[in-house]
Amino acid sequence: MKNKGISAIFRNQIFIPLAALLLLAVFNLVADPEFFKITLGYNAAGNPVLSGYLMTILDYGSELAILAVGMTFVTAASGGQDISVGAAIAIAGSVILRVLCGRDSRPETLRTSFLVAFLVACVVAALFGAFNGLLVSVFKIQPMVATLILFTAGRSVAAWINNNELPIISDPRFAYYGGFIPGIPVPTPFFIAIAVVIVTFLLLKFTNLGLYIQAVGINQKSSRLNGLNPTAIKFLAFVLLGLCVAVAGLIKVSRLSTINYSVIAKDIEMDAILAVALGGNALGGGKFNMTASILGAYVIQFLTTTLYKFNVQSDALPAYKAIVVILLVVFSAPTVREWFKNVWKKIVPAKTAKEVA
Amino acid sequence: MGKEILKLRNIHKYFPGVKALQDVDFTLREGEIHALMGENGAGKSTLIKVLTGVYAKDKGTITLEDKEVSIKSPQDAQHAGISTVYQEITLCPNLSVAENMYIGRSDKAFLNWKSMNEGADKILENLKIPAKATMQLANCSIAIQQMVAIARAVDMDCKVLILDEPTSSLDEQEVAKLFNLMRDLKSRGVGIIFVTHFLDQVYEVCDRITVLRDGKLVGEYEIADLPRVKLVSKMLGKELDDMEDIKGETKPYEGSIMKEAPVFEAEGLYSDAGISPFDFHIGKGEVNGFTGLLGSGRSECVRAIFGADKILGGTVKKNGKQVKITKPIDAMKAGIGYIPEDRKVDGIIGDLSVRENIILALQVMKGFFKPFTKAQANEFAEEYIKLLGIKTASADTPIKSLSGGNQQKCIVARWLLTHPEYLILDEPTRGIDVGTKVDIQKLVLKLAGEGMSITFISSETDEMLRTCSRLIVMRDRKVVGELNGDELTQTMIMNTIAGGESSEK
Repeated sequence: MKNKGISAIFRNQIFIPLAALLLLAVFNLVADPEFFKITLGYNAAGNPVLSGYLMTILDYGSELAILAVGMTFVTAASGGQDISVGAAIAIAGSVILRVLCGRDSRPETLRTSFLVAFLVACVVAALFGAFNGLLVSVFKIQPMVATLILFTAGRSVAAWINNNELPIISDPRFAYYGGFIPGIPVPTPFFIAIAVVIVTFLLLKFTNLGLYIQAVGINQKSSRLNGLNPTAIKFLAFVLLGLCVAVAGLIKVSRLSTINYSVIAKDIEMDAILAVALGGNALGGGKFNMTASILGAYVIQFLTTTLYKFNVQSDALPAYKAIVVILLVVFSAPTVREWFKNVWKKIVPAKTAKEVA
Repeated sequence: MGKEILKLRNIHKYFPGVKALQDVDFTLREGEIHALMGENGAGKSTLIKVLTGVYAKDKGTITLEDKEVSIKSPQDAQHAGISTVYQEITLCPNLSVAENMYIGRSDKAFLNWKSMNEGADKILENLKIPAKATMQLANCSIAIQQMVAIARAVDMDCKVLILDEPTSSLDEQEVAKLFNLMRDLKSRGVGIIFVTHFLDQVYEVCDRITVLRDGKLVGEYEIADLPRVKLVSKMLGKELDDMEDIKGETKPYEGSIMKEAPVFEAEGLYSDAGISPFDFHIGKGEVNGFTGLLGSGRSECVRAIFGADKILGGTVKKNGKQVKITKPIDAMKAGIGYIPEDRKVDGIIGDLSVRENIILALQVMKGFFKPFTKAQANEFAEEYIKLLGIKTASADTPIKSLSGGNQQKCIVARWLLTHPEYLILDEPTRGIDVGTKVDIQKLVLKLAGEGMSITFISSETDEMLRTCSRLIVMRDRKVVGELNGDELTQTMIMNTIAGGESSEK
């Protein structure tokens, strides 16, 4: 019985990100327990804030988690990945600034409320998502190739939206979204991520989104013969990712209260894809586990933060992440898992035999 | 009889919770064609996979030409002289015939293209396979592709050739060609293991039969000692008397078929799949069928009815009212269900559970914003698992881990759940075991008795004769005739398929 329980844990998809998380935690605990220290301090505005490595993970892992949600949908439905996420974030961020500031890059008063600016960004980001979705679903271009277009052009489009100027928002309230709300010491992105996750799970519970996306991702032909419209469903997945991008864009521009077109959210798509993979989801599409993807996002951030703590240059980060990718790919390969299962089988009966003796 | 080249003794194979093979013996002699028979799930595929190194056996010995061999991978099997040709073609369609025959076999970095092509042509000619070495494989018919796969296997100097359901996608002439090739190889001393569901074919080419049931060996028989009925009863483990007369058991639908407007009516319907416009109608409680050779357009006709291909023209009436069917969902909403020919490609959603596969069509009809609760879905699934006797560990099991017959039952369940007025079954019995075949035929007649209209397609004519009261005959993508009542005989069908002249004789 006990044996069965253990193998069930091994088989569960959540096992992969959990094991990775545990591994990282143990490593940090051994290397330097300081890593887990959280201190309550006050920021420049005199508001209480919690700080520490774990808070950084919570903060930056949250924007990644939001993107991982959308990326999971796209991956499951289309069997490919959207690599234009970073560029699309630049566009969404740029739109928010443009709507708030108008033509004046140093406005005294904002032209409209944050909500309106955010909604406009949602529409624009959804439209760019729709553009990608159109290429993939209607024109049947491979997702990575299709999104390469926006990946290449997106940052220029973002700069063009604001005439290549760098608007700055002086209203301190704008910084709440990527920072702290006065009186609440936990970073706001975490709450935004929770909101996104709740909406996602409601969507999965009260609609057939999950079933349809998985059905289309696994077998497009037979989905069609069951009355589904695979084109529309793939398209929808890209639009959903677009909405996630708008949310991440808000957090990103709020962090700086301005934008840097070439650097904002750079390479974030790779982390988002990695989160989906670390969650044990097949990058070839089909079945997905949203919880595992979200957990995967925080694990990726855990890794990044750990590397930063050990003073790894930001230029060298990708190389370390590559090692993780290699390990991930190797350990999720069926042959390796089979091998581990066999080894496990050999160990366990040996143990029980001893116990009996 | 030739000497024994391959001996499997006391083979055991366990999967978690399942004893897939228990103490199975199998013997193959030189120059014989040996049929491996059994229902789906009897252990045929497992035995083949153990023999070819895909699975590791848990117990037992494999002896090849008096030497015990250990086969740990398909490569080992190949080196030992055991070649396999699978049901699905496992060659590369984008390469040439010669490339496919030689791929992965050279240990040199460079190839001599000329000698490779010449070598390939020689083998093809030797085996009388009508293909050229330089042709692209994708341009060859499925039968030729299968033969190329065999040629590849044979050229690798094999002593044992395993053919796993090689005929399931071939038409009669192609099967005949394949059999000639098999007989040719047999005369060269190759031992052939032939796995198939077609009983006719077994009696046509095989010398000996080994029957498995529930992972155990039932016995090995000379073909002459085992008449067909006995073979079926050995496979099923019971006497089979109801094969012939199932029509008598179920009552036809009471109520006049012709007085009411037809349940479904099509005029001049055609699609982009290359069929000529055809007229069609079906009454309440009627069972009719499209017959014709594989590729005659019978599947394309029912696909057009269901809106599965792009409709190019024609009018469609449902219960006398004109409806527009351009995509499957339209047909579903009009009360039409369709069980497609290719279960793997068009039917199952492999990674999803049995439950999700069963509720899918009804769920889609119900709507995006109205998912069934888990309890409802479970109830539906359990009901149909029981009703159709689907053998599955649970409703949560991924459908792809079920045997072919049980997968098909899930697809049938999926459409029965939508309670269609008109159900189309395209080759529902292909590649599934005899027991399930009879189950499905009985079910068709029972449903028709309850007033459902059914179109049934099968490659096996006797199956059609047993179930249908009217047959539409197709040739070269055209409807060429319709057979009713007394005309429903094997000869009449053959004659109509063959064409006008021979039917006058």
